[in-house]
Amino acid sequence: MVKYAILVAACLVIGGGGQSSAQEIKVGLTADFTGATAAVGAPFKLAAEIFPDHLGGLPVKWIVLDDAGNTSTTVKNARKFVDEDKVDIILGSNTIPSTVAMFGIAAQSATPQIALVPVDIPTEQRAWLFNLPQSARIMVGAIVDDMKSRNFKRVAFIGYNDGWGELNWKNFEQLANAGGLQIVAKELYSRNDTSVTAQVLKLLEAKPDAVFVGASATPATLPHLTLKDQGFKGQIYHTHGAVSKPFLNAGGKELEGAILPTGPIVVAASLPDSNPIKKVGLDFSAKYAAKYGPGAPNPFAGYAWDAMLLLEAAVPDAAAKAKPGTPEFRSALRDSLASGREVVGTHAVYKFTDQDRYGVDDRSRVLVIVKNGAFALYK
Amino acid sequence: MALILAQDGLTTGIIYALLSLSILLVFLVTRILWVPAGEFVTMGALTMGILQKNEAPATVWLLAALGAVTLLREAIRSFRTGQWSGWWPTVAFCAGIPAVVVVATLKLAPMGLPIFAQVLLTLAITVPMAPMIYRSAFMDLAGSSVLVLLFVAVAVHYLLTGLGLVFFGPDGMRTAPFIPGRLDIGFTRISWHLLLVVAVALSLTAILFAFFERTFWGKSMRAVAVNRKGARLVGIKPETAGTIAFSIAGLIGCLSGILIAPVTGIYYDSGFLIGLRGFVGAVLGGLASFPTAIVGSIFVGLFESYASFFASAYKEAIVFSLLVPILIWRSVVERRRSGLSDDAE
Repeated sequence: MVKYAILVAACLVIGGGGQSSAQEIKVGLTADFTGATAAVGAPFKLAAEIFPDHLGGLPVKWIVLDDAGNTSTTVKNARKFVDEDKVDIILGSNTIPSTVAMFGIAAQSATPQIALVPVDIPTEQRAWLFNLPQSARIMVGAIVDDMKSRNFKRVAFIGYNDGWGELNWKNFEQLANAGGLQIVAKELYSRNDTSVTAQVLKLLEAKPDAVFVGASATPATLPHLTLKDQGFKGQIYHTHGAVSKPFLNAGGKELEGAILPTGPIVVAASLPDSNPIKKVGLDFSAKYAAKYGPGAPNPFAGYAWDAMLLLEAAVPDAAAKAKPGTPEFRSALRDSLASGREVVGTHAVYKFTDQDRYGVDDRSRVLVIVKNGAFALYK
Repeated sequence: MALILAQDGLTTGIIYALLSLSILLVFLVTRILWVPAGEFVTMGALTMGILQKNEAPATVWLLAALGAVTLLREAIRSFRTGQWSGWWPTVAFCAGIPAVVVVATLKLAPMGLPIFAQVLLTLAITVPMAPMIYRSAFMDLAGSSVLVLLFVAVAVHYLLTGLGLVFFGPDGMRTAPFIPGRLDIGFTRISWHLLLVVAVALSLTAILFAFFERTFWGKSMRAVAVNRKGARLVGIKPETAGTIAFSIAGLIGCLSGILIAPVTGIYYDSGFLIGLRGFVGAVLGGLASFPTAIVGSIFVGLFESYASFFASAYKEAIVFSLLVPILIWRSVVERRRSGLSDDAE
């Protein structure tokens, strides 16, 4: 027992000693690089591999761990970050349950956390948390605005019977009702369904002017193709979760004309020069293309990149106040992130304050339209 | 409207019917509940999808690996029993087929094959896996209880699903339609695809019927299904019957996948729910009767289609709660017959 205690004490001394001598910032990133949700998480890793090794003049050590689609692994990784690595900030994860599971660890250890998936931050845990991606409300809002501007009266919804469908439906219902649109039908289906003909027939019975598909990636194409197959001529909208290559591949030319909200990075090249996001987006695209070959970077990779940019902007202030690896540095970093400074990312112009931990506004969304098998700027 | 729903239900119902056929066949001959039936659907569909991208699907390597495992397994078996007679067909099957298929796939896949050749290649890659799985995972357990066989089947299901994620990734695929469009017949428009599905299902059923009624091997398999020991006594090897049953099941599963892939996106984990509906159909037939299983599965498909129309949010619950009345009805019927059909197991 005594021997054990000495061993632990020795480890702590050595560990502590190692830390005080290093002037480097440690950042922990955890997300699903494998497992069922890897489509969203793996791009974070791709972005992390082209992260710079210095931020704000200080060397930085990126510790990147895989959640493997498992919330308990996320918790284990986050514990390792704060207990063993003594990181200065945690980034992650890419699913809502995993991200929420990390809240307590961030708060307990007084480590700032930047969520890379839209989450609801409880007021009592707001101190250490930042939500980086656009909320579903902002994205769905863009769709409802477009529906209003084109004088659609009757609109319909078909979406997943799970969390993602529910989130989109709730926001759509509220915003459409507030905007004076009439929701004439709501149908649900599951990601694994082999047919939605029945639901689509029911939608068509209600004669909508436009249909919003509350789904993501490949399964989002099923209602779209069925609608077209049954002769629907109106406008079809999708969520920002559908903006991906597999979606375009699976839908083929029937997708032409579909409208989706997304972050500006997807169409960075077509943005007007006056838009500050254009430059940052193109810069990231170039770095991404240099490593992974030509083609627009994945929008999810953009979120990880933006977290890095936010850090880069926040580090100098914090470094002036304390040394990395100390509790003082972590709290200085938190204050610096929440200082109300505008940081231009690939998805948004971020501005976090002590009151607002969802630092994005309407500049963080664009509508894209599927044109010639690719996403093009719609407006 | 009702007619379109019926068409939709019929298309999926026939796929479920094919699967229930394969589940029933495997169960009757080997007493294994063929849980991975759905995995062959996804493997067929996704292998086809990758071939359409003019790439070589990674499933060929699974075939090669399975071939190697099976060969090893057979070698151990022969070594233990000291029986090496009939070893050459085994080598040809476990090493020859994968070798030919791997070479053919790597050569042919990038050339952009016509759709019919893609189907053949997909079948060549996927179908042999089923008998290999039987020979390496199940054959030595032939005498075990249905429960043990079920455990192994579930393990194989998870293994194949996991490998599916590795091979195909989390994103689904949808293949190009064989014949797009619909045929106008006056009061409604029938999709060409439905007609194709019906044609394939009918010819497959006819071939199976002829196989079981007319051929020596078909009759032997029926004998094994009726009585394993009796069949062995008259010189029929239950192992061979099992291998044939699995081959047919693999063929049916893979064909179903190829048939369903153009109408819907298939993901690496789609198979289970599709297979499960085939099970509901097979259970309707009391896991004993082919015609009832077929009718039952088509009924499940139609029921599902109408259920999603009237209450899309509860569709899944409605379809699977079909099992409750079926099981009650079966238990009543079985009790009445229990004196007759008390099979010594």
